[in-house]
Amino acid sequence: MAFALVLSAKSYASLEIVITDGVDSARPVAIVPFKFEGTTMPNQRIADIVSADLMRSGKFNPIAATRMPQQPTNSKEIDYQRWMKQGVEAVVTGTIREVGMNRYAVRFELVDVFKGASGAGSSSAIIGGQLTTGLTHVLDARETTINGDQFRQYAHRISDIVYEKLTGERGAFLTKIAYVLVRDKADFRYQLVVADYDGENEQVLLRAKEPLMSPAWSPDGTKLAYVTFEKRQSQIYIQDIYTGRRSILTSFKGINSAPKWSPDGRKMAMVLSKDGNAEVYVMDIATKALTKLTNHRRIDTEPSWSPDGSKIVFSSERGGNPQIYSVNVASGVTERVTFEGEMNLAASYTPDGLGIVMVNRTNGQYNIARMDVESRYMQVLTRTYLDESPSIAPNGSMIIYSTLYGSSQVLALVSMDGRFKARLPATNGRVKSPAWSPFL
Amino acid sequence: MNLNKVLKGLLVAVPVLTLAACSSTDEVAATEPTTTANTTQVVEQGLSAEELLRQQLEALRQDNTIYFDFDKSEIRSEFASVLEAHAAFLRARTNITVTVEGHTDARGTPEYNIALGERRGQSVTQYLANLGVSAGQMSVVSYGEEKPAVEGNDESAFSKNRRAVLVY
Repeated sequence: MAFALVLSAKSYASLEIVITDGVDSARPVAIVPFKFEGTTMPNQRIADIVSADLMRSGKFNPIAATRMPQQPTNSKEIDYQRWMKQGVEAVVTGTIREVGMNRYAVRFELVDVFKGASGAGSSSAIIGGQLTTGLTHVLDARETTINGDQFRQYAHRISDIVYEKLTGERGAFLTKIAYVLVRDKADFRYQLVVADYDGENEQVLLRAKEPLMSPAWSPDGTKLAYVTFEKRQSQIYIQDIYTGRRSILTSFKGINSAPKWSPDGRKMAMVLSKDGNAEVYVMDIATKALTKLTNHRRIDTEPSWSPDGSKIVFSSERGGNPQIYSVNVASGVTERVTFEGEMNLAASYTPDGLGIVMVNRTNGQYNIARMDVESRYMQVLTRTYLDESPSIAPNGSMIIYSTLYGSSQVLALVSMDGRFKARLPATNGRVKSPAWSPFL
Repeated sequence: MNLNKVLKGLLVAVPVLTLAACSSTDEVAATEPTTTANTTQVVEQGLSAEELLRQQLEALRQDNTIYFDFDKSEIRSEFASVLEAHAAFLRARTNITVTVEGHTDARGTPEYNIALGERRGQSVTQYLANLGVSAGQMSVVSYGEEKPAVEGNDESAFSKNRRAVLVY
């Protein structure tokens, strides 16, 4: 047997996040350890998980508990002047109350320190030209009852709320990543893994003796399309993440590569070479009807949909070295998108459709770059080595990609503005082909 | 004596067919007349057909890798004699099939490299076709950058990984 289906098995890749750049410019906040009332302490620390989430977003710098001037459990206990002095913008307080067998009531408040200080102190009631009144300094307050095994998930939920309140942008802390783990000494060397976005809760979906490539999420987040070589040729499969059931989508002669779901989930863009050359096709998943979108004797590959599904960007060698082109799916009208750099590859649109993220080669270096669609301004975001497979968080804040660190392939994160950088080294194998899930 | 010869022929013929079945996919025609003819002839020379084939394959496997320049799929002239040897074998053994594996170095993206690896495989099959090998005997599978021959991320490793391998 060349592969094994696996459900709920740990891969023990243990991705650990090492932040390498960008904390200095992040906004200082504080997640105060939640007060526990009860007898059986939950072993997950909500404040630690929320702090880690916010730090990884690149936008916040949560201060350590030891540096907190006090440890309030609700907004009324907050001494705003002391937090002001510390330069902290926002404080999250909370309590966890044991309300039954394995049941916990979690309450939290998100408090704006500057507004709180102006309301509580008598010296100033006008901040930034605006009069602050009442409880506007409490930006959010909620109480929810959860089970003992839901702490991690609920902590990510709190992170989502805090992030959205403070940035105006939706949080992506409840999302997942899929990736390929390669363990050179293992019998089944290639593993397709799905984990929470922070590397926790890893689940191996498939183990194989032959390479696994190009995992791509369905827009509803329930399925992955990917490429296998089980039959000594490439084939595209679709696998349900929750049932493990999988089915073959394509097995044409030649390459079956680079699947990408259309935003409505009904079509799959892919690369086939059944007629001799690597060309971009769109397949209707239900009927398997194929539409050929490119027709050129040079390589065309790496299709990716625009958010509205009207266009597909792809890499093509038609002008010499590979560059990014875009094709209108309905009309077939094709135009060149990138002109800068020796090569540009693996393009995908940002969720707002305003930018295109890609792998750019300049002076022989392969790095992740972002191009503004309107102005064509290109910014190289990374300085790592041999970057590939960029995948964008569904809120557009962050890019996860594969890179070389030391002698091993690891995953890395870079914020969309390039300021924040982190590495997710695996302890027991090479990690590649990350794919960030949609909002789940 | 005649019986002996027939028996010998049978003993030889069975392993050859097994080999052919292993090395090919569905299109193996298990009883091609050419196989039998070769077998008989070889037996009379004293070297079994199986042994001859084994030796030929072993020799070809010793020299079965074509290396490429960065981002290129053109066959360099230094590999002409290797490919001629393979072509001569495949022309003589029309029941044998070969899979050409295309590979790339780690630079560039995995999906682009799948296409580039296929290009390299196709360059080899096209070269062999020009030397008279039938298209039906050859197939290409591209592994892109997924199966490096050598670990490492310097030019020395890269140059050994940019390759096409003829697999029988």
